[in-house]
Amino acid sequence: MGTNNMADNKKLMLRAGLVLGLFSLVGIGLVSFTHSITHEKISENERLFVLKNLRELVPESLHDNDLLANSLHVSDPKVFGNEQEVTLYRAFKHEQLVAVIASPTAPDGYNGSIKLLVAIKENGELLGVRAVLHHETPGLGDAIDTNKSDWVHSFNGLSLLNPKPKSWRVKRDGGVFDQFTGATITPRAVVKTVLRTLQYYQKNKEALAQTAGATNG
Amino acid sequence: MDSYRKIFNNGLWENNQAFVALLGLCPLLAVSNTVINGLALGLATTLTLILSNATVSLIRHQVGNEIRLPVFVLIIASIVTAIELTMNAYFFELYLILGIFIPLIVTNCAIIGRAEAFASKNPIGASSIDGLGMGLGFTGALVILGAMREVLGSGTLFANAHLIFGDVAKDMTITVIANYEGFLLAILPPGAFIGLGLLIALKNVLDKRLAKPVFQTVNLSLDTKKA
Repeated sequence: MGTNNMADNKKLMLRAGLVLGLFSLVGIGLVSFTHSITHEKISENERLFVLKNLRELVPESLHDNDLLANSLHVSDPKVFGNEQEVTLYRAFKHEQLVAVIASPTAPDGYNGSIKLLVAIKENGELLGVRAVLHHETPGLGDAIDTNKSDWVHSFNGLSLLNPKPKSWRVKRDGGVFDQFTGATITPRAVVKTVLRTLQYYQKNKEALAQTAGATNG
Repeated sequence: MDSYRKIFNNGLWENNQAFVALLGLCPLLAVSNTVINGLALGLATTLTLILSNATVSLIRHQVGNEIRLPVFVLIIASIVTAIELTMNAYFFELYLILGIFIPLIVTNCAIIGRAEAFASKNPIGASSIDGLGMGLGFTGALVILGAMREVLGSGTLFANAHLIFGDVAKDMTITVIANYEGFLLAILPPGAFIGLGLLIALKNVLDKRLAKPVFQTVNLSLDTKKA
């Protein structure tokens, strides 16, 4: 009697396992099939999305290379203050560096990190700054978005010489940048990271311009 | 036919997953900050509900009781992943806005709830209708709450409509209140809770009103007969 029961149980378990396995296979099949018909479109979407953001900062008329093909991944804890990996997109015209777009992350936003794009002209002047991903409070910290306020445009044309590094702070900290009503932490984080990106560029300027021939194409 | 209508109405109104069953509150509260966000998540959820209900109903005799729930979860997760990939490919910007809430449809209790309570006991036609009704009921809740919060919070309606309907809808945004400063509370999570509370209260009031006239007409007709 007892052995019979055990045999029955074994059969039931085996059957249950097989049915479960079968459904896993069907599920995997469905997901793989969808993946196979969508993955090209998805990677194209992602490429275009990055490119659209880059184009806003460095118009196509300024360069003649593929921005995405000339990207580099760097990290410099001494300048950025953390281990983050920063992607650099470089714009060349006639093999001459015209601009670098860096994608640093400001780790100290009010609600976590703020992903930025910082475009620097070859001479060290800022072409523009954009916040591409953040979770700042709607109505307060999200004024870093271009569709909420013009604040990020106040970086245009600035460099390490203008204003002096000491003034690369929000007004409350004795600098030149406006803070928002009710939100100082967000602009403070952005200003700090933009400054660090400029310093990184200053430090690595020659190297970034030189590798042109090697990676062009 | 009549019973299909009953099943559909049950999902849309009487047993509305958001207002009555209070299921799926996490996506409901998080994504209902604009009409378009709400509509997009609602439609994705509806599609999931129809497909998962139909599949569960189809296999209801083949799957033993012991492994019923894991199989349901497998089915729902596969369907949602397929929908997520499709949205990523063809509604990319919308996918970016809705982000984590698309994969999180898997965890919407309304879906496994319907699979377990209805689809596992009913034929495929009725189960699909149930999925459609429940899904549209949930979508309706998301859209109404979204409209409330969008008007109060940012003074617009149908902002970003082109993300669902394409470039034709670029001008669909209605500015309800011009030069509006915005009412932050409505956009933030507390606004969602308060809004949902008000809508549930409103539905209860409506249900009471709807129930009364029937009663009164019966009385009246009796009266006229007497007269």
